[in-house]
Amino acid sequence: MAQFLQYAFSGLTVGAVYALVALGFTLIYNASGVINFAQGEFVMLGGMVTVFAAAAGVPLPLAALLAIAVAVLVGIALHLFAIEPAKGASAVTLIIITIGASILLRGLASIVFDKRFHALPAFIPGEAWRVGGASILPQSALVLGGAAAVVVLLWVFMSRTLVGKAMIATAANRMAARLVGINTVWIICASFAVSAAIGAIGGILVTPITLTNYDVGTLLALKGFSAAMLGGMGNPLGAIVGGLVVGLLEAFGAGYISSAYKDAIAFLVILLVLFVMPNGLFGRAGVERV
Amino acid sequence: MTMQALLRRHGVVLGLAVLVLVLPLVLPSNFYFRIATLTFIFALAVLGLNLVMGYAGQVSLGHGGFFGIGAYAVAVGPTHFGIPVWAALPLGALLAGLLAFLIGRPILKLKGHYLAVATLGMGILIAMVFTNEAQFTGGPDGMSVPRLVLFGWSARGPVTWYWISGVSLVGAAWLAMNLIDSPTGRAFRAIHDSEPASGVLGVNVARYKLIAFVLSAVFAAVAGAYLALYDGGVTPRTAEFLRSIEFVTMAVLGGLGSVIGSVVGAAFLTILPQVLTVFHDYEHVVLGLLIILFMMFLRDGIVPTLARLIFRRRP
Repeated sequence: MAQFLQYAFSGLTVGAVYALVALGFTLIYNASGVINFAQGEFVMLGGMVTVFAAAAGVPLPLAALLAIAVAVLVGIALHLFAIEPAKGASAVTLIIITIGASILLRGLASIVFDKRFHALPAFIPGEAWRVGGASILPQSALVLGGAAAVVVLLWVFMSRTLVGKAMIATAANRMAARLVGINTVWIICASFAVSAAIGAIGGILVTPITLTNYDVGTLLALKGFSAAMLGGMGNPLGAIVGGLVVGLLEAFGAGYISSAYKDAIAFLVILLVLFVMPNGLFGRAGVERV
Repeated sequence: MTMQALLRRHGVVLGLAVLVLVLPLVLPSNFYFRIATLTFIFALAVLGLNLVMGYAGQVSLGHGGFFGIGAYAVAVGPTHFGIPVWAALPLGALLAGLLAFLIGRPILKLKGHYLAVATLGMGILIAMVFTNEAQFTGGPDGMSVPRLVLFGWSARGPVTWYWISGVSLVGAAWLAMNLIDSPTGRAFRAIHDSEPASGVLGVNVARYKLIAFVLSAVFAAVAGAYLALYDGGVTPRTAEFLRSIEFVTMAVLGGLGSVIGSVVGAAFLTILPQVLTVFHDYEHVVLGLLIILFMMFLRDGIVPTLARLIFRRRP
């Protein structure tokens, strides 16, 4: 039982980060129809900027805010200079553009920062807590709490503010949104900014546990994308559940079956789920027009 | 068949054949032969991928896996099972085709991004087997591959492999061009335009998607075997998921639904990193920037967009 709990804690911690990445994918996809493969780079920026700002003597909370600001600026730049000029191009062309952007961002990060691994001190110092025989680091609790706070804030933002509602409207029908006077270009830009901020927060929270380097984004984007698809593309709840499930599958797979095949177990389950539910766990079947 | 279609089909293959024949006259050293050979090998895989993506309209982010199966077949077969190299190569292609056939049935029911993530998962599963089954594959360090020996003649060196890969590429292009203009090729394109519509017209959608998928897996496996034989070794990096992404980028950059585009896309991403080494640390920055710019301005891929520009000028 203690062992089970231990795996569950570590799975949920990693899963919370996957969920944030998946949520970022979902936001941009809903607003613009683009699968943004540079999503993992926002997570990397969150961690790396915090590390280097903190090393330069900036107080940690300020360094974290700075990192979020940098990621948001990069997200906006990505939209303004790469996605918006290619408006109307096919989905696969836009995907390759985001892949190009992720190569570019990784290259820049390796120059501006370096290629080594970096860690941050835990935000809440102290001993691990004992829960039911398993131990949980305060930082893990912070990752989970932080992710939950992001989800709640996002929900409030989407359902209570005008910008959030305009985002939902743009996602539902861009043409109709424009007809009622919503500046959809600005809204899509805002969704890139919010998505970047979410990714950066994930990166900041998890860096004390998993370390970071210029290259961490690739694998996170891969996992986040898979999680979003497992949940059902375009469904925020699906993204969160998908992320947590992928994290848990990895942890339990590594613990009970084989640590060498932990990624394999997650992908095997994703494949099986998609065979039974071709639109993911929460996705709705689309109707194709001829 | 119209004269124009005849010319188009044979023109492409002929042009490619002339390129393969003439290029050695201007390549100054073995280093350039190596780059040309790598281009041809990757073009072979991308050509297959283009049949699935460009013609049948089905995304695959897992072709690195099939590439890896071909590569490991010529490594594992001779080393552990005593199969001669010349037999291991087609066996690997057969194995990749068989796997694509089995896995393609359930996977190809998925659409769009769901298909992308399913093929991605498949590719990663295959790569993971190569990394973890160390008693057969040498694990993360990989293993060496014996030389291809045909009738007592051993194939080694960039020039030899230039000719092997070049001739294979021309043959594959000829095969692809013929296929595209056959009823099967027309079925591919009908599925690309609209699955329900082609289904209504009597095209067996599931069957033709599967044909395209299996064919492309075989192309990728042969290319993988060539690379392993040429390099004389193979590691799990041969099959990693970045390889699949690279293939897709090559196909889209060169132009989906274009045979020449496959070659141009492969050449672009093989030659460019060599050229960009002059930028040292800035290599990846420039590479990313170029990919973005090319896709932004030549959004249907290099070859189709340029072809349209050229043919539009003529009245």
